[in-house]
Amino acid sequence: MKKSIITVVGKDKVGIIAKVCTYLAESHINILDISQTLVQDFFNMMMIVDIKDMEKPFETTVEELNELGKEIGVNIRIQHEEIFNQMHRI
Amino acid sequence: MINLFEVNETNKMIDQENLDVRTITLGINLLDCADSDLEKLNEKIYHKITTTAKDLVKVGKEIETQYGIPIVNKRISITPISLVAHFDNEEAYISIAKTLDKAAKEVGVNFIGGFSALVSKGMTKSDRMLINSIPKALSTTERVCSSVNVGSTKTGINMDAVKLIGSIVKETATLTKDDDSIGCAKFVVFCNAPDDNPFMAGAFHGVTEYDAVINVGVSGPGVVKKALETVRHADFGVLCETIKKTAFKITRVGMLVAREASHRLDIPFGIIDLSLAPTPAIGDSIADILEEIGVEYAGAPGTTAALALLNDQVKKGGAMASSYVGGLSGAFIPVSEDQGMINATLAGALNIEKLEAMSCVCSVGLDMVAIPGNTKETTIAGIIADEMAIGMINQKTTAVRIIPVIGKDVGDQAEFGGLLGYAPIMPVNQFSCDRFINRGGRIPAPIHSYKN
Repeated sequence: MKKSIITVVGKDKVGIIAKVCTYLAESHINILDISQTLVQDFFNMMMIVDIKDMEKPFETTVEELNELGKEIGVNIRIQHEEIFNQMHRI
Repeated sequence: MINLFEVNETNKMIDQENLDVRTITLGINLLDCADSDLEKLNEKIYHKITTTAKDLVKVGKEIETQYGIPIVNKRISITPISLVAHFDNEEAYISIAKTLDKAAKEVGVNFIGGFSALVSKGMTKSDRMLINSIPKALSTTERVCSSVNVGSTKTGINMDAVKLIGSIVKETATLTKDDDSIGCAKFVVFCNAPDDNPFMAGAFHGVTEYDAVINVGVSGPGVVKKALETVRHADFGVLCETIKKTAFKITRVGMLVAREASHRLDIPFGIIDLSLAPTPAIGDSIADILEEIGVEYAGAPGTTAALALLNDQVKKGGAMASSYVGGLSGAFIPVSEDQGMINATLAGALNIEKLEAMSCVCSVGLDMVAIPGNTKETTIAGIIADEMAIGMINQKTTAVRIIPVIGKDVGDQAEFGGLLGYAPIMPVNQFSCDRFINRGGRIPAPIHSYKN
């Protein structure tokens, strides 16, 4: 398993999760966990995903998710989980 | 398990508070390139640098995208050239500087540091030739940085070198006068220079180091400032605790990058330099932190104490996050690279004397300070000697990167561009130190250097 974190932040609207999940399915990225909140119309989602079967290079996924985000009008990023583990765990 | 709050906190630090890893510096040993034939030497140096560092920039960028953390600079430090090359003419050293410049461009790093000499006790012929060639070397190259270590707690201060450097600084300024004397921004004078400093312009690969090594400099003044905003009215205990926790988080990010870079390049990891280094960007300033701690402007009474506590807490927090801490490790207080420091200077709160006092409690010293172009060589040497003495007596590293901006005077501004920013010209004490500087010789090591 190779875990990464996807965050989606932006104004709420219909279909954000659907679009992101479709992209992930097509890219062979498995979703392990989703948590999501709405703060005053602001959509805030975090996904823990497994990128072990992903065929394209990580850099391409970063770019494509960026593009997808622009399409839906939200901010999407994917990062290796290590940065969060390192920063918040002793 | 990672939670949403932590993920958001990290990303907010990166997006809004300028959290970054300031630099990955690849140190390369060039001692095995030594050759009495200049052409062969140049060839060997070029080959060694371009092969050892060929993947540095690529790997840096990979780490950046995969973790989403910006790595601002990828740089190279090399063995001080005065140890590698021994020639009896300055032209030879200038040609080496050009080789370094070419190699840096080839591998895509923005600076290469190590056009340096270590002369804390005495100067060899090669040291002297290298120092003499510095003005031309820095004015005819783009990416080469130079430094000279002129003193240490163990040896005292080489005053002959200090005097010589006074005129070298002036000459460098003159040769680059069309660009606001920017050559001087690429030159640092040190006392107690560390062997493993990843920060330019003073970086070099010391003789105590591995064949090649990865050093990382972390930063994040914006993050500290933001964290302190939440404890604005709290006492010093809470204030220190907040800085410590933030420094821990920043350093862990640096540690992650260092480990990854070292692993992917298959080059041993050296040290993390626990520093807060500003940029001219708004919200990325050390002066802003000092003001958040409670002084109206950097330079106001209380500033030295605020800086001392900031520096100490950064080290305490960072030391828990990484076992291998080195370099300069402390807050950098350059003038031109920090918008808050520029504002403080313009407001009249900050002068050279206060900066000198502040350098007693933090890393480096007089950094990126612009002074009138007509300042005498001996006066520049005197300013350097003062700062070196602080380092020597207090067993700490001190440095001077001072820029006499030719053709400009107090009230004018020098523009350096990019990360170097701009600086208001600071007034310099007009009284003479000619007789002091012209004595020559060496200031002996202080009594507490005789520890055994």
